[in-house]
Amino acid sequence: MRFSQALEVIRSRWYVALPVAVVIGGVLLPLVYLLLRALQAEPATLWDLVVRWRTVRLLGNTVGLTAGVLVGTSLLAVPLAWLTTRTALPGRQLLTLLGVLPLAVPGYVMAYALLATTGEYGTLAQTLGLVLPRLSGYTGAVIALSLSTFPYLFLNLRTAFLGLDPALEESAQALGHDRWEVFVQIVLPQLRPAFLAGGLLIALHVLGDFGVVSLMRYDTFSYALYIQYAASYDRIYAACLALMLLLLTGAILVLEAGLLKGLLFHRTGSGTTRASTRHRLGRWRWAGYAFALTVAGLSVVLPAGTVGYWMADSAATGLPWAGLGSALWDSVSASAPAAVLAALLALPVAYLGVRHPSTWTRGVERIAYLGYATPPLAFALALIVFSLGAVPFAYQTLALLVMAYALHFMAEAVGPVRSALYQAPPHLEEAARSLGKSPLGAFFSVTFPLVQRGLLVSVALVFLSAMKELPITFLLAPVGFETLALDTWSYAEEAMFGQAAPYALTIMFVSALFVGVLLLRERTAARRPASSQT
Amino acid sequence: MSDPLLSVQDLTKRFDPEAAPVVHEVSFDVEDGEIFGILGPSGCGKTTTLRCVAGFERATDGTVSLRGQMLSGPGVHVSPEARKIGIVFQNYALFPHLTVLDNVAFGLNGASEPEQEERAREALEMVGLGGFEDRQPQHLSGGQQQRVALARTLAPEPDLILLDEPFSNLDALLRQETRQEVRELLKSKGMSAVLVTHNQEEALSFADRLAVMRGGQIDQIGVPEDIYYRPRTLFVAQFLGRTNLLLSQAAGTEADTPLGTVGLNRDAEGTVLVSMRPEHLALEAPETSDGTTATVVGRSFKGHDITYRVCCHGNEYLVHTDNRHLYEPGDTVAVRPLEPAVVLESRSSPADVPSGATPEPEPEE
Repeated sequence: MRFSQALEVIRSRWYVALPVAVVIGGVLLPLVYLLLRALQAEPATLWDLVVRWRTVRLLGNTVGLTAGVLVGTSLLAVPLAWLTTRTALPGRQLLTLLGVLPLAVPGYVMAYALLATTGEYGTLAQTLGLVLPRLSGYTGAVIALSLSTFPYLFLNLRTAFLGLDPALEESAQALGHDRWEVFVQIVLPQLRPAFLAGGLLIALHVLGDFGVVSLMRYDTFSYALYIQYAASYDRIYAACLALMLLLLTGAILVLEAGLLKGLLFHRTGSGTTRASTRHRLGRWRWAGYAFALTVAGLSVVLPAGTVGYWMADSAATGLPWAGLGSALWDSVSASAPAAVLAALLALPVAYLGVRHPSTWTRGVERIAYLGYATPPLAFALALIVFSLGAVPFAYQTLALLVMAYALHFMAEAVGPVRSALYQAPPHLEEAARSLGKSPLGAFFSVTFPLVQRGLLVSVALVFLSAMKELPITFLLAPVGFETLALDTWSYAEEAMFGQAAPYALTIMFVSALFVGVLLLRERTAARRPASSQT
Repeated sequence: MSDPLLSVQDLTKRFDPEAAPVVHEVSFDVEDGEIFGILGPSGCGKTTTLRCVAGFERATDGTVSLRGQMLSGPGVHVSPEARKIGIVFQNYALFPHLTVLDNVAFGLNGASEPEQEERAREALEMVGLGGFEDRQPQHLSGGQQQRVALARTLAPEPDLILLDEPFSNLDALLRQETRQEVRELLKSKGMSAVLVTHNQEEALSFADRLAVMRGGQIDQIGVPEDIYYRPRTLFVAQFLGRTNLLLSQAAGTEADTPLGTVGLNRDAEGTVLVSMRPEHLALEAPETSDGTTATVVGRSFKGHDITYRVCCHGNEYLVHTDNRHLYEPGDTVAVRPLEPAVVLESRSSPADVPSGATPEPEPEE
């Protein structure tokens, strides 16, 4: 039986057991501990804290923001995905890149750009004399989050569009339905799984977001948590808020799983898939370009331009080289060890999942993903409460921050290692064993060289993610520890746009590298099956 | 004779203005109630031809008309949904989010809901799938999915149905049976159909008439027997099963071949390439026959008959015989032609093709 095999591996090999235990314990213990601590309070106090109008308003605002961003991202992503996959629009490869590039703009940089553009002191007012009302609150948050997260939906929809069997649409057309009917009755239903997958990522992102809502001052659970933490630190209330946020996240995960059930369409028959015929847009192509360029202008050019503009402002008074240097060093000193740790934890988790697939090993992988889905502010708060209660010497240390990064971003590390492991068949290790190697020796002499590339990608992804991370850093950074993300955010928070610019620029550069690694990985992944056939 | 149902004239399709056309001046007619086959190797342009007829591809040149009405031609392109032409795809293309009944009812626009349901049920009964209405397509077997696809195409009563390799996803046993059922169904409804396939056996047994395509052009159109026994070109001869090629010197109705003097199916002069199907050769005892002597080099027993490989003047030939006489490898035999040889037109010079048995055709897909 697979389960007992996996158990046997765990029992006999400490180097698998230990990391798995760290992952399970690291993610679950703080959350459980948070729950226990909250429950220690007087039931009456708890009741007062949770059952009040403010909770309803926070819930309404959080759900409203999530819904707004889902609508906003759909309006951006659906037409762009269709344009780049279903039309013969010249330059669509470039448009695809423009649809991915916003991933290089973290939400708080996007929010910063919007704030610095609009209003009486904004870029528009200063350069064109155009005074737009300063974006803030719900509208500002929806716009900033939509512009920075729509690529998640765009990428999912693209894959779905490309994977659609063109024969379905052609059959519908041959049965007498025009293009619009075919799109609504046949194409859209097939896109539902992609909507759910992309929508889930975006919803988790919105629930976990702290940078945008704090800069736009929009009252959601995350914002309330931040206020609690920054101003009047009421631990019990903060724990309650975090738990309610976790509950909401859990509800969304369950909802998504429920909606996805029975939606996994299978292609009937097994014929080869043709690429679909692309629509020629004719005169409409100008509308297509106008749309794509507007999206790219708002999501990429606007933040880059704004940062550039304020950079010049900042350069006039002298760039803060010393501040930049120390922020960069702080960021790297936390992100680099976290990246290595995440990869080391991901390796045994992925190994168990690939070599001994069972409900149990899948469960361990799920926990890794749970760490990613948990809203970072809530996760960080749980870690604080846990460390204060259980391991007080760890509180406010770099080690705790590194640990938090690694557990939170581990899911990003599991993927590349998993796919690398699929390229290293178990027979290789068995052959090495029969030639006299120990299990660990066989792994390091045969499998490890083959998964090295995957591990490197994992390290790079986690490193770059941690470099731009804000909420966990905000709560867990040791005193006086100033990362690039923290500096960008705190200057932007005080509307000191010029001072924020150099930090924001560095962050965008790091994020662009992240996107580069992602794209490179996709390219090689796309090429692999083709080359293995020849 | 009345006007044909479907008329395709000089159909040409280029995807790339620089490259050679994928379909080049293809012309054929389909009569009312006729099943027409288009046979060719993959990449020969047969599916593109079909897609031009369906309207999914815009023809670069030429015309497509149905019942005298122009569907495709200079400045004319009727959209697929307005053509009243049904299509069954290789992978059936059943809508995975709809039930079997909803799939079949999908093309019944304009009718009231109960009427749509009624007609869809009838179509399902017709293909023997009554009782499967509420299933999801992915829970049906390949053969059942195929029949749902057929019911969906037949339900709106199109003027013509197109079949794009509809049997190639079925396993061999089911394939032959389904083919026969579908043919009987189409014939009983008097449906006209165009079948596209790369499988020669399928084309020969399913179509009333067929066209053999290669490199975007039609090499030959005719009834299956004609195509098989009187191939016009070397390509057709080779594509429809194994044959023996003989480089010969023709003089009128006879030719001097490596297997002796043989009658020809038509007059020819000079160096020609002729084809002789293995079943049109016989092996006899050399003492009693005036046939050309040859040596048996191999034998494969196939139950109903035997295929011998014989060697004559350094070339190998194939001979199918019934199994009354048994020869062993090494035996000397006489090879005697039973039928006239077929003179082939060849695009290359006949002398480039070596005499002997053609190689085993490469299996497709």
